[in-house]
Amino acid sequence: MTEGCLELNYDIPANDFLHAGEASSSVKKMLNQLGVDPDKVKKTAISMYEAEINAVIHADGGAAHIEIWKDKVVIKICDKGPGIPNVELAMQEGYTTAPDHVRDMGFGAGMGLPNMKRYADSLDIDTAVGKGTTVTITVFLK
Amino acid sequence: MKVNEIVKVLEATVITEIDSDGLEIYSACGADLMSDVMAFVKDNVVLLTGLINPQVVRTAEMMDIKVIVFVRGKSPTQEIIDLAIEKGITILTTKYSMFISCGKLYGAGVTGRGVCC
Repeated sequence: MTEGCLELNYDIPANDFLHAGEASSSVKKMLNQLGVDPDKVKKTAISMYEAEINAVIHADGGAAHIEIWKDKVVIKICDKGPGIPNVELAMQEGYTTAPDHVRDMGFGAGMGLPNMKRYADSLDIDTAVGKGTTVTITVFLK
Repeated sequence: MKVNEIVKVLEATVITEIDSDGLEIYSACGADLMSDVMAFVKDNVVLLTGLINPQVVRTAEMMDIKVIVFVRGKSPTQEIIDLAIEKGITILTTKYSMFISCGKLYGAGVTGRGVCC
């Protein structure tokens, strides 16, 4: 535990569409309990949820590490998936590499990363092909 | 529009109903793509969808959407119903298609527009 910071950790199970989103749901609940502005809670929840779904879709799950500070929430979603060969392309709305069964679930239409960027105040993508991806989302609370 | 009016307009079946007496719906979002729903920002929204899976409820939860209508006579599974109850989300079903459902709600006064940011 870092002083002045509440830390939360979650496993993101692979290919589990029933439970995908539970980590984001828990973080949303925690932020609401802490009395965070509802608009900031929504921004955090949506961007984290998209990242969590991406880890399930593309990377056989992963891990989420969340730091809640007085003035910001920092979310790191790490996976050991295939990595993103071209981040610039992946950031374009509509670009997708998701298989059909993912689109049947209502995702995988190339909106995940754009939605993260839309709602996060800061988005950092650290990726290496064949090694994995870490997405860091920051939402400022002030 | 109150939830009970939506039920009348869409001749809907109430699957779960949770604390919706004070809820006023101003806008509707019709989509089968959940990421599109998340690009659509508006309060007091009813979500209409033909997609049947638990991520519809998760998406509604993230977006603070309190009412979901499953269109085209689709029935949610027990897993979806249980999750909706846990999250405090009302679920309705209607026999009408997405197009007709949206048209009926619009014609009855649910005319608020979403905001894509």
